Amino acid sequence: MTRRQRRLTMIGGSLLVLAIAAALVLNAMRDSIVFFSTPTMAAEKQIPPGKRFRLGGLVQPGSLMRGDNLAVNFSIADGSATLPVAYKGILPDLFREGQGVVAEGALDASGVFKADTVLAKHDETYMPKDVADALKKQGHWKDDYAKQGVAPSPVQGTLK
Amino acid sequence: MIAEAGHYALVLALGLALIQSTVPILGARWSDHALMNVARSTALAQLLFVGCSFTALTMLHVVSDFSVVNVFENSHSMKPLLYKITGVWGNHEGSMLLWVLILALFGGLVAAFGNNLPLSLRAHVLAVQGWIAAAFYLFILVTSNPFLRIATPPIEGRDLNPVLQDIGLAVHPPMLYLGYVGFSISFSFAVAALIEGRIDAAWARWVRPWTLMAWIFLTLGIAMGSYWAYYELGWGGWWFWDPVENASLMPWLAGTALLHSAVVMEKRNALKVWTILLSILTFSLSLLGTFLVRSGVLTSVHAFATDPARGVFILLILCLFIGGSLSLYAWRASTLKQGGLFAPISREGALVLNNLFLTTACATVFIGTLYPLGLEVLTGDKISVGAPFFNLTFGPLFVPLLLAVPFGPLLAWKRGDLFGAAQRLMAAGVTALVAVAVLWAWIHGGATLAPLAIGLAVFVIAGALTDLAERAGLFRVALASAIARARGFPRATWGTAFAHAGVGIALIGIVCETTWNSEYIGMMKPSDVANVAGYQLKLDDIAQRQGPNFREMIAQFTVSRDGETIQVMTPSKRNFTTRSSSTTEAALLTRGASQLYISLGDTNADGAIAVRIYHKPLVLLIWWGPVLMAFGGLLSLSDRRLRVGAPKPAKAARALQPAE
Repeated sequence: MTRRQRRLTMIGGSLLVLAIAAALVLNAMRDSIVFFSTPTMAAEKQIPPGKRFRLGGLVQPGSLMRGDNLAVNFSIADGSATLPVAYKGILPDLFREGQGVVAEGALDASGVFKADTVLAKHDETYMPKDVADALKKQGHWKDDYAKQGVAPSPVQGTLK
Repeated sequence: MIAEAGHYALVLALGLALIQSTVPILGARWSDHALMNVARSTALAQLLFVGCSFTALTMLHVVSDFSVVNVFENSHSMKPLLYKITGVWGNHEGSMLLWVLILALFGGLVAAFGNNLPLSLRAHVLAVQGWIAAAFYLFILVTSNPFLRIATPPIEGRDLNPVLQDIGLAVHPPMLYLGYVGFSISFSFAVAALIEGRIDAAWARWVRPWTLMAWIFLTLGIAMGSYWAYYELGWGGWWFWDPVENASLMPWLAGTALLHSAVVMEKRNALKVWTILLSILTFSLSLLGTFLVRSGVLTSVHAFATDPARGVFILLILCLFIGGSLSLYAWRASTLKQGGLFAPISREGALVLNNLFLTTACATVFIGTLYPLGLEVLTGDKISVGAPFFNLTFGPLFVPLLLAVPFGPLLAWKRGDLFGAAQRLMAAGVTALVAVAVLWAWIHGGATLAPLAIGLAVFVIAGALTDLAERAGLFRVALASAIARARGFPRATWGTAFAHAGVGIALIGIVCETTWNSEYIGMMKPSDVANVAGYQLKLDDIAQRQGPNFREMIAQFTVSRDGETIQVMTPSKRNFTTRSSSTTEAALLTRGASQLYISLGDTNADGAIAVRIYHKPLVLLIWWGPVLMAFGGLLSLSDRRLRVGAPKPAKAARALQPAE
């Protein structure tokens, strides 16, 4: 083979791999991306039952109910709307009423959010970033949510 | 006093870095030896001063001087001594100080051991190191000074984030930084080569061991972080495709590609321009990782503090170095001469294939990590790209790569014989197929992909062994002479085989853990028994205990199998009063390479406790694999040929291919 042919083989091969990778990426982007919503956004967008999304907000105080065999029910609120959530399993260490939380799952036919993962991505002085941003946007951001523990002089990092 | 001294030492280090980044370049321009040698002394002095600064901060943490903000926010007088020391880098300011300390350490190493480098090359390399160092000293001094004082010192500190109070913090960040920052050396060499407009043999000889060293540390650092997350976070996951993890995976992928392309460059003098580009990209991805983790654009356990000024500053450093080096590359790359021709089917070709797949895989991780950030900036939509995305993109790209791994070392340089290599791999292929068939028969039904993936892993491992056997002439010559030949292998040959086998071993662990993992989640009361994967776990007792800076609830389980008691496991849940937060301390029971894993949840009113029990088959292989890879890297690093500065003329050709 001449130098030119060799180079063409090489470039052709690279382009092929890149094209396959691009196809894989686009395919995966279509199916496996999950959007974030607050209860208000979920109500506005009319998210159909069965469509997976991440629901973020504050755990409504007084809404936490533990059932048999690790079943848990609570509500996620963002100041203007609330959404009931059902979950089965162990809640994270940092899960508290009145604190920020992010749940991933889908709505069922009766409008209950069936969560399969619950993340409390924060410590006592901080909100999950997504939740804080959404609350600020809707004008429901209250600093006293964050001030329950120690005064948050420099904002502390978060826990996974 | 100590704090002020530490601060002053850091300012002096900045001054030295500025001298180091300018004077040697002028020296090289004017061919002035004295000026070029300035690089050496400033690099060593810089190491000394940063070392002093870091020691000062460590002392402040050890004596719990709460008049310093950094100590007050991240320490507590009751904290065990080990965590007082590791807590130095368990926060933003301290970890950046560790970053520059390691950078200065590498600069110092080049200065101390670079006597056989051409003088102007050494001057340029150290000058580039000086630029990076100066940028980061400025960053620390301007936005994240660890030595700030509080006007009215409090009597007690606010304690370290409980998750970080673990032995993992002593090992994981330093290892990871040795890896991240170690790639700065190959970056500096690349930029120096572009400035000088030539690459000679000494260049390639030098870059490889440095890349290898950084790669070894990064491999161990990532594996260590993964194991830490596995036992500390309490839900038994070992990789989350979290952006912060991806930030360390990207330089690893690019660095692995660099490692392989540097081989081609050293042996065959080909792929020069590409190797230079990879060196730049690898360190750029390390910088990107630092940016993602330290700027607060992501929320995770690694984002210690968020301050927009820091994010903007690191972003500026990032743009300056990545933009600058890539522009320099675009401008100067054409001056580098192209070398060594080779056919597509050859050792070089195989290594190009390796590079192609590794960089493409790296690109998909890059997209998956940065797309959500980009989308949020552009449209405000918040999305999360999780494991499914990466499984669908990263996975398929790794399959052909792993299939090709055993072929690489069996192909000859310049022009290889694919058919011959395939023949020699027949035994490995048959072993893999037998493994698939046996697994299929054993599990009959169930997951179909798992046996295939394990077959692939077996192929990679058997391929690595085949390479060794072929070189030693096992089964072709007498056993004694085969052993004698194996003794005579360059260490790099063993290194390659170990590292490649490590990939296969890690893959077996990953597949077994994800496919045959069994779990039990439920409420348990004392004397309840849970059955998981043939083990009986009886909850004996729940007790309370006071630790140095926490209270913990300990549950005691007796584990038995077929009526025979094996061991007692004691998972616990700790409550840290100062931060009013809690951590889950999982209990692990290792049986061979498999593990039983118990973590605790909440207790309810009638004294029952939520318990999560996992049986994870062969899970330890996930980390033994990387350890084996790192060991292979270490063997290669100790190869005699990498310790000599300039290449010697090749010995008379032997019957066997010399290893890379």
